[in-house]
Amino acid sequence: METIISIKPLLAVLVSLLVIPVLVSSSDKPNVRESWTFIAGIIKFLIVLSMLPAVLSQKQIVLTLFKIAPGADIAFRVDALGMLFALVASSLYIITSMYSIGYMRGLNEHGQTRFVSFFALAISATIGAAFSANLLTLYLFYEVLSLATYPLVTHHQDENSRISGRKYLVFILGTSIGLVLPAMIYCYHATGTLEFASGGIFSGQLSKPAATVLLLMFVFGFAKAGIMPVHSWLPAAMVAPTPVSALLHAVAVVKVGAFSIVRVITGIFGVDFLLSFHLGSLVAAIASITIIVSSCIALTQDEFKRRLAYSTIGQLSYIILGVALLSPKGMTGGMLHIAMHAFGKITLFFCAGAIFVATGKKYISQMVGIGKRMPLTMIAFLIGSMSIIGLPPTGGFISKWYLVLGTLEGDQMIMLFVLLSSSLLNAAYFMPIFYKAFFCTKEESMFEDKIEEAPMMCVIPLLITALISFGLFFFPQPFLDLAKLAVKGFIGG
Amino acid sequence: MSDVLSLIIAKYNYWLYVILMMIGLYGMIAKNNLIKKVVGMNIFQTAIILFYVSIGYKTNASIPIITTADTAHGVVVRAADYINPLTSCLMLTAIVVSVATFGYAMALAVRIYQRYQTLEEDELRMRLSEE
Amino acid sequence: MENYPALIVVAPFITGLLAGLFVWIEKRLSYPIVLTGLFVSALSAIQVLIRVIGSGPIQYKLGGWSPPIGIEYRIDLLNAMVLCLVSGVAFLNLIASYKSALKEIGDRASSYFTVYNLFITGLLGVTITGDLFNLYVLIEITSLTSYAQVAMGDRDRGPLASLNYIFIGVIGASFYLLGVGYLYMYTGSLNMADVAVLIKGSQGSSTVLTAFILCILGIWIKMALFPFHVWLPNAYTYSPVIFSRVVAPLMTKVMVYIMIRLMITVFGYDYIFNTLHLSEAVVWLATIAVLAGGVMALAQKNLKKMLTYIIVSEIGYMVGGAWMGNQLGMTGAILHIFNDALMTFALFLAVGNMVYRIEKVDITDLKGLFGKMPWTMGGFVLAAFSIIGVPPTCGFFSKWYLILGALEKGAYHFAAALIVSSLICAVLFFKVFEICFFESGSHGHEHSSHGPAVIEEAPVSMLVISGLVSLSLIVAGCYSGTIVNTIILPFLK
Repeated sequence: METIISIKPLLAVLVSLLVIPVLVSSSDKPNVRESWTFIAGIIKFLIVLSMLPAVLSQKQIVLTLFKIAPGADIAFRVDALGMLFALVASSLYIITSMYSIGYMRGLNEHGQTRFVSFFALAISATIGAAFSANLLTLYLFYEVLSLATYPLVTHHQDENSRISGRKYLVFILGTSIGLVLPAMIYCYHATGTLEFASGGIFSGQLSKPAATVLLLMFVFGFAKAGIMPVHSWLPAAMVAPTPVSALLHAVAVVKVGAFSIVRVITGIFGVDFLLSFHLGSLVAAIASITIIVSSCIALTQDEFKRRLAYSTIGQLSYIILGVALLSPKGMTGGMLHIAMHAFGKITLFFCAGAIFVATGKKYISQMVGIGKRMPLTMIAFLIGSMSIIGLPPTGGFISKWYLVLGTLEGDQMIMLFVLLSSSLLNAAYFMPIFYKAFFCTKEESMFEDKIEEAPMMCVIPLLITALISFGLFFFPQPFLDLAKLAVKGFIGG
Repeated sequence: MSDVLSLIIAKYNYWLYVILMMIGLYGMIAKNNLIKKVVGMNIFQTAIILFYVSIGYKTNASIPIITTADTAHGVVVRAADYINPLTSCLMLTAIVVSVATFGYAMALAVRIYQRYQTLEEDELRMRLSEE
Repeated sequence: MENYPALIVVAPFITGLLAGLFVWIEKRLSYPIVLTGLFVSALSAIQVLIRVIGSGPIQYKLGGWSPPIGIEYRIDLLNAMVLCLVSGVAFLNLIASYKSALKEIGDRASSYFTVYNLFITGLLGVTITGDLFNLYVLIEITSLTSYAQVAMGDRDRGPLASLNYIFIGVIGASFYLLGVGYLYMYTGSLNMADVAVLIKGSQGSSTVLTAFILCILGIWIKMALFPFHVWLPNAYTYSPVIFSRVVAPLMTKVMVYIMIRLMITVFGYDYIFNTLHLSEAVVWLATIAVLAGGVMALAQKNLKKMLTYIIVSEIGYMVGGAWMGNQLGMTGAILHIFNDALMTFALFLAVGNMVYRIEKVDITDLKGLFGKMPWTMGGFVLAAFSIIGVPPTCGFFSKWYLILGALEKGAYHFAAALIVSSLICAVLFFKVFEICFFESGSHGHEHSSHGPAVIEEAPVSMLVISGLVSLSLIVAGCYSGTIVNTIILPFLK
């Protein structure tokens, strides 16, 4: 495969880092500060976009920053999978920035400068993780992301967020230091490299029990992916302001977790290696349990954001399930789901936030009849939830379609059953919200019959993401092509 | 038994310094009074000085001063005739160090006494934990 | 210039004495004089380091007498690095702590600078000398001056802490002196290189064994390895800020350097690891030290004291790495000397800034500090992350080598202890962060992280140094590969 040495990946990471001092220095001029955020976001997106053609023509963009030890440098490499993820994250960052202006100002939140600064840091780390060339770099950005997100999660600085923040740290930092770090160092000790390679880095150094333990350490260690039982930080983290929940806890942070697991499965262990030890089905089983259990829990949640959080936990495991199937179609589906779920779920979070800004309501039971008051929001909600359930004509259908094909390809009937029943469960926890929002009697309705949406800055972003979710059904090409390319690299390459 | 005895006698200087050291160490660790501890410390340091000086000693040797008269007559200077001066020289430095430490420790003890009116360590500890 | 090696030590010595004289003539001059001395020393140290990297070790005969009769300075890569570290830290600290010294020590400050420079002279001398007895004298100079400086701090507890420090310090130094006595008895030489040649092949000698045990034990007491650590926390906690800022990063690290010097240059790897087989036991001791230091730190209420227990834990890191008996472990230990000095320095600089403003630094006094002293806290957070071992700060990379070394030797307990210690440190620091972040002191939320709160920030001179050193942690982390390749590996060859 052809490689190009370019400084672009570094720039993509650095843009939002460099803008932080500017943000801080313009803290008393909110409009200036916000426009800088936008400029940085757009530049970042354009840089990422400019690398797309090269990646699509099967080239890799590489850049080594610092040499630490042989086989473990701090280095970037842009391949199809990383490109897919970076595209999703950087495009949604712009939309979320817009949304967060509406949200934060609508609620008159304190510490907005701190908020946007750490947001910029978090997105930098996300892009860094997407472009990591090896496990060490990935771990580096993973940790930076964990720490940058902490002040965002605990933004309200009250007792509640303190407890949630603690939970967040215990799970995220505890697992990454306690499980990933030793596993990573062991890998380096055994093989002398941490470079992601399409066939994995192990060549006979590992026995099956050792490989199993190591794999489990990674799968549970990257707790951001929310595999049960290391998932409970995610519902707790919902105390954060909604833009954080939307971008970080539906897209950036959680997907970095899933992305890391995908990277480890494909780049460290390698598909053939896992197939030869039948370890894929182990991971798939863990993921399926998470899917079913979290969907069931989601049914019982009344707080809107918590229901979304449990839904996210389930959907993340789709990604892992898809990749763990180790069949081309399944992997394509899993990777595609990174994008499809992102656009769908962020729409839903935006809706939750918009409702909170406009009405102050957090609980689903208080939202009867809200469709009359906020029709645009709720229509976007419908599209978002259809995408999550996997109904056409939304993007979610395509990724789910590939996942189902993947299970058939691998002859995994149980997994097929898991996918289908989970879709039903998804429908069961989303559809009633929509139904009750519009179809209720006058007496039941909790809102006056007057259209009053959230601020424009809140509504426009959620309409955009809903439209994209819709549009991805017809034009999934960039993401689908990237996913297919990535799979080709990992299996056929 | 006699072996042990002869071992002790043959190397009595070592035993002496070890005993002195132990006395000093005991004083530093077990005594409650700060002055006694300081004295213990001094004994401890002296033991080491003794050890050093004793390893430089040779039986039937004189002080290491070579007179010009000897060299003038062409007499060969034999190292065995003179005790090793280096260890004693080294100890000059060590003595300086130990005196400085001792003086400084005493000064501190005075300050502690002025502040707390006591030099007993357990009382000091009680007073400190009260505050 | 040929005399750079001498200049490193002589410059701070002369200027220290000169400053002492100027106390009677013109008080205000003593500070600039001392500062100049340290500046010259730091520059010469850098010169020497560059020369040693370029053209190998330097031998410098003091007063023209050639060894083994005369005293020689022998500078190789290891002590050239430590020299740079010591003189650099001392110089920066003097700038950063000038105001705090004036505040804490008052009109005695000008005479204090003499003691400060003598202390640094001692540390530099200890590092540079190639003579065993000279080493003892210089250790005692270092110790005596540090006893004096400890007593200058807290008026109530300082003197007692100092006195206890003296007792243990004397025991440690005396053990070392005894050990040197035995070595002299056996070899008749005090020059390190000479002694090393003379004891080669005398593996069975009980004199050498006694000498070895006494020397190492003495150094361990001086460096506060776990069961001998009792003097350290009180001495470092109750001393004035200017001193604790320089002693915490340097003293223990220089002692670790001496230990490594004795192990490698004097007694030799072969003797320690192949004849005595001490590695196993000492690594266990280090494991316990790492854990015990962490656990004791958890129990502390005073921030400064908590940090001193972390130092105790860090000593375990370096001792464990050095005694691992393989190249990776030793690399980790040496790298950690450098990294730990930097990060402890950064930590104590930040804490010093806090002390400057709030006097008592019980953890509960730190409420709302993120709002009041954002820059100081920023430095503190970076340093804390480095101690925890979050990449890309330098603390991560030395831990990386240490764990690799432990894995290579099969010392899984030590590797586990390092991981657990990271977790403990995470708990420790986030406990502090939580108080600083969530509990907002006397008044409510600030509406911005700036505003009137800036007034409470420490003086600029303190902040700039603190910020720079904290940033250097990241730089050192990124370039740790370079440090290992140009300094440590060539040294270990």
